[in-house]
Amino acid sequence: MDPKEAAKQKEYRDLVKAMEPRPSFLRNMLLAFLVGGAICLLGQFVFDFFKGLERTEAEASAITLAAMIFLGAIATGLGVYDELGELGGAGAAVPITGFSNSIVSAAMEFKREGLILGMGCKMFTIAGPVLVYGILSGFLVGLVKGVLLGYFR
Amino acid sequence: MTYLWAFLIGGAICALAQLIMDLFKLPPAYVLVGLTVTGAILAGLGLYQPLLQFAGAGALIPVCGFGNAITTGILSEVKRLGWEGLFTGAFELTGLGVTSAVVFGFLAALVSGPRR
Amino acid sequence: MAVKRQGLGTIAFSSPPHIIAASTIVGPREGEGPLAASFDTVTKTDLYGEKTPEKAEYRLLEEACQGALTKAKLEAGDIHYYLGGDLLNQIVTSSFVARQLGIPYLGLYAACATIGEGLALGAMIIDGGFADKVLVGAASHYHTAERQFRYPVELNIQHRGTNQTTVTGAGAAILASSGQGPRVTQATLGKVVDYGLKDANDLGSAMAPAAADTLVRHFQDTGTTPGDYDLILTGDLARMGSKMFHKLLQDAGYVLGGKHQDAGLLIFSPQQKAGAGGSGAGCIASVLFGHVLKEMYQGRYHKILVLPTGALFSPLTCQQGESIPCIAHALVIEEG
Repeated sequence: MDPKEAAKQKEYRDLVKAMEPRPSFLRNMLLAFLVGGAICLLGQFVFDFFKGLERTEAEASAITLAAMIFLGAIATGLGVYDELGELGGAGAAVPITGFSNSIVSAAMEFKREGLILGMGCKMFTIAGPVLVYGILSGFLVGLVKGVLLGYFR
Repeated sequence: MTYLWAFLIGGAICALAQLIMDLFKLPPAYVLVGLTVTGAILAGLGLYQPLLQFAGAGALIPVCGFGNAITTGILSEVKRLGWEGLFTGAFELTGLGVTSAVVFGFLAALVSGPRR
Repeated sequence: MAVKRQGLGTIAFSSPPHIIAASTIVGPREGEGPLAASFDTVTKTDLYGEKTPEKAEYRLLEEACQGALTKAKLEAGDIHYYLGGDLLNQIVTSSFVARQLGIPYLGLYAACATIGEGLALGAMIIDGGFADKVLVGAASHYHTAERQFRYPVELNIQHRGTNQTTVTGAGAAILASSGQGPRVTQATLGKVVDYGLKDANDLGSAMAPAAADTLVRHFQDTGTTPGDYDLILTGDLARMGSKMFHKLLQDAGYVLGGKHQDAGLLIFSPQQKAGAGGSGAGCIASVLFGHVLKEMYQGRYHKILVLPTGALFSPLTCQQGESIPCIAHALVIEEG
């Protein structure tokens, strides 16, 4: 490309970067904090409820996760979780309810292409990376730790 | 007291994720993967369990708790079975979460659809 | 000899075709916007009673085409060519409508600039003496565009200030060699311009250089300035893109001032939380064939320049790190 033209384009790109409306970092963080914190607080209530039913810590944790996933699915089905995401950003995406929302919203979106090739294929389009890299990193950590502690004989 | 810490720690993790997303203009998927991997590493270092004790749901509910659960499952299976545990452990603790997400997702999709 | 050319690249029609009828239809959210009264039909729901949003989009375009035919008191068989396009892969919406119409069809793709390509080609076909009546149409749908270009609709996504909202709507018009109505007098077709921007969340800024390139070439070819037009209508640069467009024009020595309006900014009010504004092939189509033509009929505008803009990328090319090539076509429409 002609260097003058390239310089002009570069200048334009820089100008776009400079003029871009910047999100309010503080406001977004605060909203993420409040929404995410509130979801975790709700999770704590659920946890204590199940703990009170004489469950072990591990059992109560597992049931709490399932319950939160259930709530996330309901909120998605009712069409409110995307609004929560618009407001809370990472506050809605990071909790397990967001994981649930990513699966349920994809399932809802793609069921029109059929239960097998639509919903079946695409349920994990958004949640997939978390599963893939969660498993890979867990595998790697297990491998390293297993070697270091001599579990593999 | 746990309630306060659950709120504060859970909220802080989300706020940190938001800041990274906004600063580097990243799609949420990148941050979610980053947090999951972080949870897995912290689990390997034995640091996530203390955080769970301290913050309860504040550490359980965010997606880093998912990375921790996968890794903890793998580690306990590795301890029990040796190398086979690397392949059997991932869903030891998370199976319930993944299964419920699929089941509830399927049911919700059957009765509801996307709207605006 | 190309006798109908003016300057380096502008077409000046020797017998400019008339827009003898036009029809628009939009979704409920667009129907709550500032231009609500200008659309022929506002649907009650996004899905318009259909099972899939793709079917709904297809029906929107079909009804816009039917509406234009009815207004012109014509039947599909009276039309020589149908020129249409949309945003979906393989431009299925417009091809499905062509299947229904049963007349010779040219499928177009220029993303949100599709209706500009259609009007220019239609006018060329008529002025060239190859047809007397040509039907042009374009459509888009919020749900179909979201699932093709972005995420599931119900996913928790926080939109940025530069994100635009795809308009659910369609517009169609009939161009004819004779009759009543505003005339398409000139056209300057766009080059593909790419300034190396890669952010699919800010298409307005990516498209602004294409719009500026076409408009400046048009001014140079015709010897006109912004002052010669009652309105310069882009679609859809939205808030951020419009700012950059003004800046680029200023650098080239043209001040747009209040002459410039953007279809993406007209169709939604700021209270509607539509991000930086509307977008989609149906946006400029419904705004031009609804609001703007009505203003022309009422004599508020005598000579306007329409500048639809399109971003010619796919989600795949974006993920592969390619920049976003863009296009804009300029059309001069004068009262008949």
